[in-house]
Formats: sequence, structure tokens, C-alpha cells
Amino acid sequence: MSYRQKHLLAIEGLEPPAIAHLLDLAESYVLLNRSGRTQRDLLRGRTLINLFFEDSTRTRTSFELAGKRLGADVINMSVSTSSVNKGETLLDTAWTLNAMHCDLLVVRHGESGAPALLAQKVDAAVINAGDGTHEHPTQALLDALTIRRRKGRIEGLAVAICGDVLHSRVARSNIHLLTTLGCDVRVVGPATLLPAEVERLGVRAFHDMRAGLEGADIVMMLRLQKERMARGLVPSAREYFRFWGLDAEKLGYAKKDALVMHPGPMNRGVEIDSEVADDPARSVIKEQVEMGVAVRMAVLDTLSRSGRNDA
Amino acid sequence: MTPDPGPDTLFTGVRLLAEGVDLVGDLLVQGGRIADFGPSLGRPEGAVVVAEDGAVLCPGLVDMRAALGEPGYEYRETIASAAEAAAAGGITTLAALPDSQPAIDDPALVRLLRARGEETGSLTIVPYGAVTRGCRGEELAELGLLLEAGAAAFSDGTRAIGSARLMRLALSYARGFGMRVIQHPEDPSLAGGGAATEGDLATRLGLPGIPAAAEAILVARDIRLAELTGGSVHFAHVSTAEALELIRRAKAAGVAVTCDTAPPYFDLNETAIGDFRTYAKLSPPLRKEADRAAVAAALADGTIDAVASDHQPRDADDKRLPFAQAAPGGVGLATLLGVTLAQVHNGTVPLPTAIALLTARPAALLGIEAGRLANGAPADLCLFHPERIWQVEAGELPGKAQNTPFDGRALEGVVLGTWKAGRRVFG
Repeated sequence: MSYRQKHLLAIEGLEPPAIAHLLDLAESYVLLNRSGRTQRDLLRGRTLINLFFEDSTRTRTSFELAGKRLGADVINMSVSTSSVNKGETLLDTAWTLNAMHCDLLVVRHGESGAPALLAQKVDAAVINAGDGTHEHPTQALLDALTIRRRKGRIEGLAVAICGDVLHSRVARSNIHLLTTLGCDVRVVGPATLLPAEVERLGVRAFHDMRAGLEGADIVMMLRLQKERMARGLVPSAREYFRFWGLDAEKLGYAKKDALVMHPGPMNRGVEIDSEVADDPARSVIKEQVEMGVAVRMAVLDTLSRSGRNDA
Repeated sequence: MTPDPGPDTLFTGVRLLAEGVDLVGDLLVQGGRIADFGPSLGRPEGAVVVAEDGAVLCPGLVDMRAALGEPGYEYRETIASAAEAAAAGGITTLAALPDSQPAIDDPALVRLLRARGEETGSLTIVPYGAVTRGCRGEELAELGLLLEAGAAAFSDGTRAIGSARLMRLALSYARGFGMRVIQHPEDPSLAGGGAATEGDLATRLGLPGIPAAAEAILVARDIRLAELTGGSVHFAHVSTAEALELIRRAKAAGVAVTCDTAPPYFDLNETAIGDFRTYAKLSPPLRKEADRAAVAAALADGTIDAVASDHQPRDADDKRLPFAQAAPGGVGLATLLGVTLAQVHNGTVPLPTAIALLTARPAALLGIEAGRLANGAPADLCLFHPERIWQVEAGELPGKAQNTPFDGRALEGVVLGTWKAGRRVFG
């Protein structure tokens, strides 16, 4: 098997065969899910804990469904920030989890590097479900699977990642995955929302959205959180939409068959116009959700096997 | 309280190295003071003889920047445990940062710290007085009274004096007492909330960045304020090429500006934070390789006036956190000499320069009688072997706090013994 790590903490550092293995396996789970069958013997007797320090109904539900379709016992733990403030540290949580003999631990945390810290202390295989502004590996994998199924390939495609790249873990994971698989990746947004020296991650940076979308096969939109405006990084939602919101006119600069993607939840009228978001010919946003479950099944399957090999 | 000076001691056949002194020979300590030194001395009756092939005997190191856990953070380190680590590092004089709890903004606290140093019997503590009350950066502390009580200079510790108006007042007022103001050169509004040097590494790790320019901006401003006021400014732990170039030019123009750096900034670069290694989270953050190289070069060309440990003791719980939440700072007492000597071994800095940066030059900046080999001076001495090798290991360092950014680093240069006023306190 070409995926050799115990955990899935980041896309950065994964080799193309490891990514291909996960995507191929996920492909088989898409077919299984569509057939209405399940494979409940695969993770029977195994415990999956969804440990969410940040609310995220859709990611948690997606992992929950993936675990249940493979027969795992799934437990959801939402750790509110208040109990963290009461003095319980991340490592106290780790000791608790070890005592529960958890096999697979899915972690969402507001701080970059928190899943990596947990992974040093827990026995379980850790899956990063989004950490701060660092990475969100399963989102990048489900985006790649969506692209591959629609376009028949990934290598050689032009992908524009647009919006608040600075604060986006989705953008970072996608940049690593798509550059590793040979895409022409551009990031597009106001200079205040692009991270420092982002070009050194192997992408081109554009502040003019029309130039950034020119000839793109894929247009990937990112969510703009309202607090970015409160912090003065962009002056207003209407100004943002005017220059970096995706509408039919700006999309016209991309290829005619370009796909529109969004990790959700969308801010309609801020980063994306409803006319584009709901256009069945262009938007694959609903399909991304379906691919999410299949990709997470593939990740759980793979990590539970590597765990068994260790034992 | 004067501790027992210990027996008379004759160091023989060692390299004596200090400002104005570089010879192989003997040094005699009697009654806690340096009695004589030269190519060959007779052995007085009853004197303990110390002979080490290839060893260097230099003045006890003067560390001009270290945080003590006391008062207020005893769970991190006590003065007794800091003194133990200092002695193991060859340090006999230490200037203590004032941003403790409470801050050293009252004359009584200055006197207390001096007395606590004397109690250790091994370490002279020279306290800095706070520039502002509580080191809060709002209103000036009683600088004159702090000076009378024995403060060596003024500093707000790890907190930058962000207001230009307040910095101007501090420089003007301190000038009247002939005193320096020490700045943590980092523009707070640019650096606030940052955890690592801005650039592609911070971008990859998803950590909020601190631009290198945050240092240069405050350095440029304060050089201008030093010119405006005629006051003396000292920049702590300078870490960027850009700031060093500003300081180099200001010195050439005759502005009263000095600076120090700390070993992490010439020995490590930002890659030490690797996959979120919080022991390498420092303030200022570790920089890019070009900046590290510029700091090393500035040790040799005289732009940097002193090397200080910038010792910041932290508890394991301060560090076992997600990177952005972890406390910045690293311990540095036991590794100060060894990491500095690495710049000698790699050919960047001559050994006498390295020793001067650790002894006479910081003593001159602090205005204290230390850091020299002179007849009649207190016998504060450090005996080390420049080529012997040891490995830094977090958990095995002397003292309580173990948060070293140099974990695993092999160092050439072992402290064999430390003497405080003639008494052997280490080795």
C-alpha cells in the first residue's frame, strides 16, 4: 500500500502515489455508496471519536456517516472553548482519549498544529479535520476527487483559488495537493488576504480576478468571514463582491467548461453570486459534499489498516 | 554578606584571556581577589593548584539580559535554580529583566534582587529598573530612585515601548541621570498576535507572521529619538540584517546607540520551529537564514556590543500548547558560552572577540566593575575547554527550566569550573 503514515495531519509532504491511493479507494466508495450497500464489517469493533473544538456540522456529519458506513462505533465530542478556558489542556484531553482506547481520532481545532500536538500523545490514528489556518487535508482530497471525476484528470489543469487565502486551511491543503499533482495553480484576492511569500508554495498570485481566472479549468471560491472586515482587511462586503466576488461576468474569463467549487458554507452575495453557485452546468458544490463522505471512508479505511499492520 | 573566599588558588599553564590580556601562564587568587598573573608564578604555600591542558581562563561571564522566575513566576524558576544554571554556564554576573510580577518599578525591589543575588553566593544580580510603572508602557517609573537603589539601566523587559512620545520622554529623562534605555525592538502594532517570522514557512504552517520590518521600524524610530533627545538607546536581541544596518550607520554617525543579540539569533534560523516545535518559539521569532548570517557577521565587525543569553525560563505547561498559544522564550544560561564558541570554531569570530562580547563589553554597558582580569579585582572566573564536546539535552540541563531551543545540539566548549570572588561555585 502506498500510504505509509500513521496519521493524516497534512497534505504537505504526501507523495503522488499516496494521494492517488486515497483517491482510487475513495472512487470505489462512491460506487458503493451509490449502490446503497455498506461495508459494516470493515471497522466493526473499532472506535472513532470526532473531537471538535470548533463547530462544524457538515464536516463532523460527513466523518460520522463515513465511520458508520464502515461499521465503526462513532462518538462525537464537542469541546467548547469554555472548558478549555477552565484549564483542561489539549493534553489532558489526549490522556482521556487514550484511556477510552480510541482507534481513530478526527480532530477539528482553531489553532494551527493542534492535531500534530495531539498525535504525539495519543495512541489513535489522528485525522486532521481542519486546524487553524494550517490544513484541511480531507477537503483537498474531496476537491481533487470531484475534479478528477468531472475532468478525467488532474495533471495539467489550471486552477484558480480565490478569496481569503490568508486565513484558509482549505486553500493551503489544495495548493499542496494540486501543485504536487502538476496543476497550474493561481491564488486570487486582495493583497491583504494573500499570505506572505505564497508564490514560494509554487503558485502564481493575482490581485485582478479577471487576469487570475483567464483560461482556468477550475474556479475554487473561499469563504470570507465577516470578522475580516471588522479587522479592516477589506473595507466592506460590497467592495469585496465588486472586485473578488464570483459572478457570471468574471467567470466568463475562465474556460467555457470551467467548474465552480466552494468548500461551504457559502456567503451568497459576498464571495459568490447565487446565479453561479446554483448553475447546474458549472457548479459542483453539491457533488463536493457527496465526495466528502467517500474520501473520508477511504481515509478511515487506510489508516485503520496501517494501524493493524503496526500491531 | 561576604561569602567565605575559599582557599588561595593557583591556575597554572592556562590561556589567560580578557580585554588586554592574552597569554599562556599562571593566575593567583588570594583572599577572593586576583593577586597576580603572568607567564609563570611561584606556588604559594597551601594554594590549591588548578592545571588543565588546553584550557582558557577568562573573567566570569557577564550576562546582560536574563529573566528570573522571581518574583512572581517561581513555578518556572527560582533565583537559586537560575544561579545553579548560571554557574554551570560560567556566568558570575547577570542583569535581570524587570518585567516580573510585580515589575521591578520600585527601589525596594531593586534592593531585594541585589540582596537575593548575594545570598546565592555565586551570582551577582544587577537589576534593571522598569522604564514605566508595571512595565505597562503608560507612565514613567521613578527612574532616579531606581538608579539610587542600584538599577543598572532601564528596560520594560520583553515589552516594547510602543509609544514614540513615551520613548522620547524616557530617553530624555534617563539622559539626565547618564543612563541607557533598553528597548525590545519590535513594533507592537505590527507584531501583535504574531507567532513566527512572516514568510513562506509561517504561510505553510498557517501561523500569524511577524514581519522582519517590525524590528527595523522601531530601531529606525528610536535612533531618531536618540538623536532628538541626546539620550542613549540600547537595542536588545537584534535579529535582522535590516536593523543591524541601521545601527551600523547610526554608530558611524555618532549616535549613542548600542545593541546586543542572543545565541539563538546567530545559531538557529526559522526552520528550527519545524513542525510546530514550541521550544523554538522565541520573541523576537527566529528569522530567515540571511538574517542569521547577518547577525553572525555583526558579531565580528563590532556592530553588536554584547552577547546576552536572553534567558526566559518556561514551565512545560507554558510550552505544551498549540504553537500560537505557547509562551515564547528559551533558557540560555548553560549554553551561552558553548553556542557563542560555535562562531569561533566556524571561523566567523576570533576567540578574544567572543570573550569580550561575553565579559568586558556587557560590563561596560552596565557600568559595573566586572568582566576583566586585573590585579585586585574580585576573582570572578570561568575556566573552560574550548574544544571539548557535549550535547545539549532538554531535561538534563542544570537549573529548573528546561525549555532550550538547542535541544540535541552538539557544542564544542565545556565549562570546567566557575569561581565567584575566589570560591569555586561550579565544577
